[in-house]
Amino acid sequence: MIRSTHLPLLITIATFLLAFTLCASQYPAMLSTRVVANLLTDNAFLGIAAVGMTFVILSGGIDLSVGSVIAFTGVFLAVILRDTSIHPLVAFVLVLAITISFGAAMGAMIHYLEMPPFIVTLAGMFLARGAAYVLSTDSVPITHEFYDTLQSLYWKAPGGGRFRLTGIIMLLTFLAGIIVAHRTRFGQNVYALGGGLSTARLMGVPLARTTIGIYATSGGLAGLAGIIFSLYTSAGYSLATVGVELDAIAAVVIGGTLLTGGTGFVAGTFFGILIMGLIQTFIVFDGTLSSWWTKIVIGGLLFGFILLQKGLTWATTLRRKPATEFAAQS
Amino acid sequence: MKLKAMLIAGALSFVPMTAMAADLTIGFSQIGSESGWRAAETTVTKQEAEKRGIDLKFADAQQKQENQIKAIRSFIAQGVDAILLAPVVATGWDEVLEEAKDAEIPVVLLDRTVDAPDDLYMTAVTSDLVHEGSVAGQWLVDETAGEKCDIVELQGTTGSSPAIDRKKGFEQAISGHDNLNIVRSQTGDFTRSQGKVVMESFLKAVGGENICALYAHNDDMAVGAIQAIKEAGLKPGEDIKIVSIDSVPDIHLAMANGEANATIELTPNMAGPALDALEAYLADGTMPPKWIQTESKLYTLKDDNMAIYEMKKDLGY
Repeated sequence: MIRSTHLPLLITIATFLLAFTLCASQYPAMLSTRVVANLLTDNAFLGIAAVGMTFVILSGGIDLSVGSVIAFTGVFLAVILRDTSIHPLVAFVLVLAITISFGAAMGAMIHYLEMPPFIVTLAGMFLARGAAYVLSTDSVPITHEFYDTLQSLYWKAPGGGRFRLTGIIMLLTFLAGIIVAHRTRFGQNVYALGGGLSTARLMGVPLARTTIGIYATSGGLAGLAGIIFSLYTSAGYSLATVGVELDAIAAVVIGGTLLTGGTGFVAGTFFGILIMGLIQTFIVFDGTLSSWWTKIVIGGLLFGFILLQKGLTWATTLRRKPATEFAAQS
Repeated sequence: MKLKAMLIAGALSFVPMTAMAADLTIGFSQIGSESGWRAAETTVTKQEAEKRGIDLKFADAQQKQENQIKAIRSFIAQGVDAILLAPVVATGWDEVLEEAKDAEIPVVLLDRTVDAPDDLYMTAVTSDLVHEGSVAGQWLVDETAGEKCDIVELQGTTGSSPAIDRKKGFEQAISGHDNLNIVRSQTGDFTRSQGKVVMESFLKAVGGENICALYAHNDDMAVGAIQAIKEAGLKPGEDIKIVSIDSVPDIHLAMANGEANATIELTPNMAGPALDALEAYLADGTMPPKWIQTESKLYTLKDDNMAIYEMKKDLGY
C-alpha cells in the first residue's frame, strides 16, 4: 500500500534530481544560487495556484477558473489602488474575500446542482476573465510605495541569488497545504471524496461542506497567486496568465497526483512545479531551441506520468483483487 | 545534502566559468511572432549576431510578460554579457532590470520602451513614428510640386500609437502646402481586408477621378486598397498615387509593378544598431545615447523594388 502510493512521488523527485543533474552537467552555471532563487521567485504564483489545484484534483474535480481569477485579482488590485486611497493590505483582504466567495459559489453549484466541475469552472473562467476586461483592458501599473517595500524584501544569497518574499510565501503555502492534506479532518475528507462519492457518503463525509471548502480554497489560493503575480509584474493586465490553470494541472499530475482523485501528495506538486521551471530554464540557457519545446517536453512528461499511474492502478487492483481498497480503485 | 554541496561548488565555479568564454554571449528576449514584422525582426537579429560572431541566446516569450521576466532572470543566472529586450508591455520591469543592473549586465530595449527609470537600461533602439509620417508627407509635397492634390487617408487601429503618430507626422509635413488636402480619413485597422473595404467606400463617396493620392498608415492596408482601385477600373500608382509605411515585401512587389509609389521602412534591423552600441560599450566603455533612432528610409520607384522584394521575402514577413 505505502509503496504503491508513494511511488509516483518518489519517481517525481527522482525525475527532478535527474533532470537537474543533466542540465547542470551541460551548463555548470545552472548550479548557482541564482537559478535556485529564480525557480522559486518565477514560479511563486503558479506554485500557489497549484496547491489549490492539488486539493481540487485530489477530490476528483477540476478548476479551470484559476488563470482568469489570477488576472482578475491583478486588475482589481491595480484599479483599486489607482482610483482609491485604500491601503494595499485592505485591498488584499478585499480581493481574497471576493475570490474565496467566488470559489465557494462554484463549489456550491457543483454540489447542489450536481453539475460537472468542468462546466461550472469553465463558466467561472469566462466570468472572471470578463470581469477583468470590464475593469480595464490596458495594463494598469501599480505604483504604491507599499509594493516597493514588499518587492525590496529579499535575502541575497552568496552567488547573487535573490530569495524574495514571494518565493517564501509559496514555500509556506506548500507547507500549509501539506499539513491540511495529511493532518486535518478536511484533508481526510478531500481524499475520501476523491475515492468516490458513494463511498465518501457511506463514510460519513460532509459532502456539501467539503466540496464548497475545496473550491473556496482553490479560489482563495488563486487570489493569493494573483496578489503574488501583481507583485511580480507591478501591474494588473486582463490578458495576463492565460492558460495558467492548465500549467497548474500539469504540475499536479507530474507531481504524482491521480487525475481521477483519491491519491497524491501536495509535496509532489512542488516538485512538479520545479520540473516545469527547470525545463524553461534549460531552454533559455540553451538559447537555440524554440521556446515551444517547453510545451512538448511537458506534454511528454504528462503522458509518461499518466501511463505510470494507469500501470500502478492496474498492478494494485490485480494484486489486491479480493481486498477493498478505495484509493486504488478510483 | 549532496545537492547543497553541489550548489555551493557550482556557485564558486560560476565566476571563472563565464570569464573563460572568449566570445560575446547575448540574450535576446523576444515578444513572440505575432506579426510578419516581428518574425522578420527575429530573423534579422539572428543574422546580425551571426555576422558579428556573437553567441545569441534566443527566448520567445509567446506574448507573455512572465515568460520574458523568467528569460531575463535565466540570462542573468547564465552570466550573459548583455541582454536585448523587446518588451511586450511597458509596465513591471523595474525589479528584473534592477537585478540585471546589479549583475552589471547592460540591457538594450528594442522597438518599444518601458515605464522604468532610465538608469535601469543602457539604451532603447526604436523608430520615430511621427518622423515616419512626416517622411511620407514630405514625399507627397515633393512629388506634387505645388499641383492641387486631394488625399484620402487609411488610418491604423483607432487609438493605437502608430496610428496617432503617423497621422500627426503626415499632417505636420503637409501643413502650409495649400495644394494638399486630406478629404477623407478613416480607419482600416492595419489589415489588408479592411484597407480594401474602406478604399471602396472612399472611391464611391468621393469618386475615383477626384482622388489624387492615398496615404495608408501601413503597407498591408495599401495592398488592400490597390485591389479596390483596380476593381474600380483605375490604375493604382498612376491615377492615384500611393504612399504607405513599413516596407513589407508585398508593397515592393506592387512598386515593381508600378502599382504603388513610395514606402517608408520600419526597419526590422533594430539589433544592428543595438549590437554596435553594445560592442562599443563592452570594448571601451563608450556610453551610447539613451535613445537610438532607427533610420526611416524612403523607398520610391527609383529603387530596384524587385531586388528588395527578393531580399525581404525570406525574412519571415
